[in-house]
Amino acid sequence: MVSKALEEVKVLEFCQFVAGPYCTKLLADLGAEVIKIEEPGIGDPARRRGPFFRDIPHAERSGLFLYLNTNKLGITLNMNTATGKDIFLRMVREVDILVEDNPPLRIRELGLDYDCLREINPQLIMTSVTPFGQTGPYQEYKAYPLNIFHAGGEPCVQYLMSPIRDRAPVAGSLLMGEHDGGLSAATATLAALFYRGMTGQGQYVDVSKQESLIALERLENVFYANRERPETQEMIKTWAQGGGMIGGLMRCRDGYVVLAAMQENQWRGLVELMGHPAWTQDEICRSEETRSMNAQKITTLVQEWMVNQSQEEVFRSGQEKGVPIGAVNSPKDLVNSPQLRARGFFVEIEHPEAGKIKYATAAYQFSKTPWSAQRPAPLLGEHNERIYCGLLGYSRQELVKMRQAGVI
Amino acid sequence: MNECLKGIRVADFSWAWAGPYATMLLALLGAEAIKIESQARLDHVRLRALGFGLFRGADRSPFFNDLNLNKLSITLNLSQPEGAELAKRVVALSDVVVQNMRPGVMDRLGLGYDALSKVKPDIIYLSSSACGTTGPERGYVGYAPTFGALGGAIYLNGYPDGPPQMTMGSIDLRSAATAAFAILAALCHRQRTGQGQHIDLSSQETIAALVQDAIMDYTMNKRNQTRKGNQDDIMAPHNCYRCGDGKWITIAVATEEEWKAFCQAIGDPAWTSDERFCDAYQRRNNQEELDERVQEWTMTHSAYEVMELLQAAGVAAAPSLNSEGLHKDPHLRERSCFQEVDHPVMGKRVVVAPHWKFSHTPASICQPAPLLGEHNEYVFGELLGMSPAEMEELAQRGVIY
Repeated sequence: MVSKALEEVKVLEFCQFVAGPYCTKLLADLGAEVIKIEEPGIGDPARRRGPFFRDIPHAERSGLFLYLNTNKLGITLNMNTATGKDIFLRMVREVDILVEDNPPLRIRELGLDYDCLREINPQLIMTSVTPFGQTGPYQEYKAYPLNIFHAGGEPCVQYLMSPIRDRAPVAGSLLMGEHDGGLSAATATLAALFYRGMTGQGQYVDVSKQESLIALERLENVFYANRERPETQEMIKTWAQGGGMIGGLMRCRDGYVVLAAMQENQWRGLVELMGHPAWTQDEICRSEETRSMNAQKITTLVQEWMVNQSQEEVFRSGQEKGVPIGAVNSPKDLVNSPQLRARGFFVEIEHPEAGKIKYATAAYQFSKTPWSAQRPAPLLGEHNERIYCGLLGYSRQELVKMRQAGVI
Repeated sequence: MNECLKGIRVADFSWAWAGPYATMLLALLGAEAIKIESQARLDHVRLRALGFGLFRGADRSPFFNDLNLNKLSITLNLSQPEGAELAKRVVALSDVVVQNMRPGVMDRLGLGYDALSKVKPDIIYLSSSACGTTGPERGYVGYAPTFGALGGAIYLNGYPDGPPQMTMGSIDLRSAATAAFAILAALCHRQRTGQGQHIDLSSQETIAALVQDAIMDYTMNKRNQTRKGNQDDIMAPHNCYRCGDGKWITIAVATEEEWKAFCQAIGDPAWTSDERFCDAYQRRNNQEELDERVQEWTMTHSAYEVMELLQAAGVAAAPSLNSEGLHKDPHLRERSCFQEVDHPVMGKRVVVAPHWKFSHTPASICQPAPLLGEHNEYVFGELLGMSPAEMEELAQRGVIY
């Protein structure tokens, strides 16, 4: 049997929607045993969010939920009952990691904050991933993906560079920022796990989705704070003049490409790609420095040529000449990409309600512990018996009673 | 402090943005990251930043500082066989290797995974490239703007009736964040089994993994989603509105309860009982009219007033913050989101502090980015045990360079 990177790691997930579930999905996909808790009869709100398989809204057919919860075990538990909470605490004893995404106050009210949980499992790693983190004036503030993406700074940075200035900054692919928060939480959790492996010491990790996003746009986000520094002033000045970059987003006959030619050899490749037009012999094209100073003018000239090219052709032949150029791929282009197919980026996973669908795997290929699909996302409460009877030792009869009492 | 990865050493052959940020994340967690660079092949971020122009000298780049905090730097000319041999000796004392040269380059230098795993059998070796080391596009060159395009993020960014919008530096850092996660998973595996391994990371795929809701719509329904601006498929109001102080506020209303709370918070103006806005479905269908009215209200307040009013009512609202807004935000100040480092050439500079808060082993910034070759003496002298005379001789022959 092939081994898994995170084999034998047990994780309890008390999360919903995207960020928290993505954090534990990353762990589950590498072999951790993740037990996902959902509210009885209702489940994770991601189940009610599209896209739905064949556009039929159904709790077991949400593509978002199916993607975010592969390889997990699913149980239902009513955390608002005393018995439910009691069962939760019994599970906390059995796991290495707890990941939760509830408002901080709710966790304290439930008596599930780290100080309480470490009493029953001193080695526990507890990771909280919330919009604004556990401290500070906004700790209880509510934020949907739109709010948090904008609070992280990226839309305003893009807005400054955008040719469209009469409309509001945009959030891009809306759920991307939630995935970023989940990835940030998963990274911190593994760092804590590694430390525990060395020392036996568990700990609490506070992850703010907002700060995870700020860190990603870190280079531009510190401009204001460093505005008096000469290096920053120079950068901001260049930036305001279009960045000295030749290329950027360019329209083709049938789509868009992004071009980023900056080095000498890349420029020569670009000249060759365009078939050596006369203007490339002009003084402004002589050196990297002159090109950088005339970047806007040169970009316009490249664009005039580009608009008549086919996206696919210019992408392929540009790359053959060593020009950094990328096709602006749509979701469809990604699913049909020969490169992603050759790398096995998508796999088919069979699910009892949604059937066989293609899912993305992961961007990393491990030579010894490969990513693998062990099971599709769980049906609501699918693993109640396995966990409650198998792990915690309840009898099937008790299970029936708990179900009738609305606990599971 | 800073002890999650205490005792872990990283031999960092990476350059540009994506590789260096990955190893910086490990260094923020306490790993000792040794950046192996050379005047013969400088990390170009020391000299220029795509879109931001050129810097004067190798130690004056704020971007380099922001991407290489906590690291050490040694200068080794890898194109000389002796340089590559010395690099191997550093690897023999390391736990992790990170490189993001074009596929094949490290192999030609004799520093590929196969060669280095002979020197250090349990090494964890991450290769990061635009499209991965296998497949027909494995040799393609790319920077963040191009693999942001290849990964689907740019196509989905912008207004439905407008062109796609370029992404900025964050795309590289997303690739790096994924790389750091993968390395940590491999470190946990090695801790348990003693086994190292190679990790082949595709930057294109790191981005594609973040837009899977759109991709699932295609794999399930053959629907090719496009840009949505700030709008949502279901929620309305759900947009970014101009405020009276010229700033922007985002407001998102998901449930009937939140809609009622929103109406009450803005003083129940007559239009809120208009039948065009009577339920979630109507509000979504008439969102343009709705957004106009919401913005009429936000224009009478500052962005922070809107946030406080609505959050007090249980409605999600947050400003769209620019660099200035982030810096001045009271919440981020209280959480010490930014901190100052003292760079020996550039002076005091503000950088983003580590973005996770650990209760026992806080991640921290201990030093600014290294000057070029700043740690030659420590690494060649102390770690490899060379005498000053040997080092001097290697420097004269351009090996340590």
